[in-house]
Amino acid sequence: MSLFNIFNVSGSAMSAQAQRLNATASNLANADSATDASGKAYRAKQVVFQAVPLEDGNSAVKVAQVVEDPSPLKQIYDPKHPMADDKGYVSMPNVNVVDEMVNMLSASRSYQNNVETMNAAKTMLLKTLTIGQ
Amino acid sequence: MVSKLDDYLRFNEAALSLRAQRQQLLASNIANADTPNYKARDIDFASALQGALSKSAQPGQLAATSPQHQQAVANGDMLGDGTPVLYRQSAQGAADNNTVDMDVERNQFADNGLRYEAGITMLNSQIRNLMAAIQGGN
Repeated sequence: MSLFNIFNVSGSAMSAQAQRLNATASNLANADSATDASGKAYRAKQVVFQAVPLEDGNSAVKVAQVVEDPSPLKQIYDPKHPMADDKGYVSMPNVNVVDEMVNMLSASRSYQNNVETMNAAKTMLLKTLTIGQ
Repeated sequence: MVSKLDDYLRFNEAALSLRAQRQQLLASNIANADTPNYKARDIDFASALQGALSKSAQPGQLAATSPQHQQAVANGDMLGDGTPVLYRQSAQGAADNNTVDMDVERNQFADNGLRYEAGITMLNSQIRNLMAAIQGGN
C-alpha cells in the first residue's frame, strides 16, 4: 500500500526540518558566545539536506551533514574583555541573525507543509477503509 | 463471471492505484522542497492510466513462482507497472538548483487527493450497484 509510504517520506522531512530548526536555535542562542567547548569563538552551524531515493521515483530526506560556517569571525574591539588579543580585539561568533531568522521561518513553514501532507495522506487512507461499506 | 466483476471494477481500481502513487511522488516533492539539487518529479496521469488499462486488459499475466524469474523491478525512473516518472519543468530557477515550486506541488497534491476520494466514491457506488443486482432488491 503505497500511501503508507507518505508517512515515511513526510516523517523524514519533518525530522530533517526539526534538525534545521535546532541548528538555528543553537546559532541564535550562541550569537554572543565568545568561547565554545574548544575555547574558540562559536561558529554558526548549518545542516545539509540530501534526498534519499526510494522505489518508484520517490525520495525521502536526510541530513547529510552539519557544516560550520567558514566565514570570518566578527572582530570586536573590547580591550577589557578577558578573551581580547594583544591588540584589544575579541573574536565573536559569525552568526548572522538575519540569516538565522529567515532559516527559522523557512524551516517552520516546511515543517507545517509536511504535517499537512501527512494529514492528507491519513484522510485518504481512512477514506480507503470505507470502500465497500 | 468473476472476470466480469473484475472488468467492472478495473477502471476505478487502476485509477485509484495510480492516484495513490502520484500522491506519493507529490509528497516526496514537498518533503524535498529544501534539498539542494533535488528535481521535482511527476507522472503523466492520462497516459499512465491508458497504459495501466491496456496492460491489465491482457489476460494471463505470468506469475513468478521462482526467484530466478524476471520481475518488473521498480527503479527510480519508472513505477512498478512501467510508467515513466518524469521531471517537472520549472517556471523559475532557484539558487540551489532545486526545481520544487511549492505552489504547484500543493495545488497538485490537493487536486490529486480530491480525485482519489472521488474515485473511492465512484467505486463505492459501483459496489452498491453490484450488491443491489446480487440481492435482487431484497
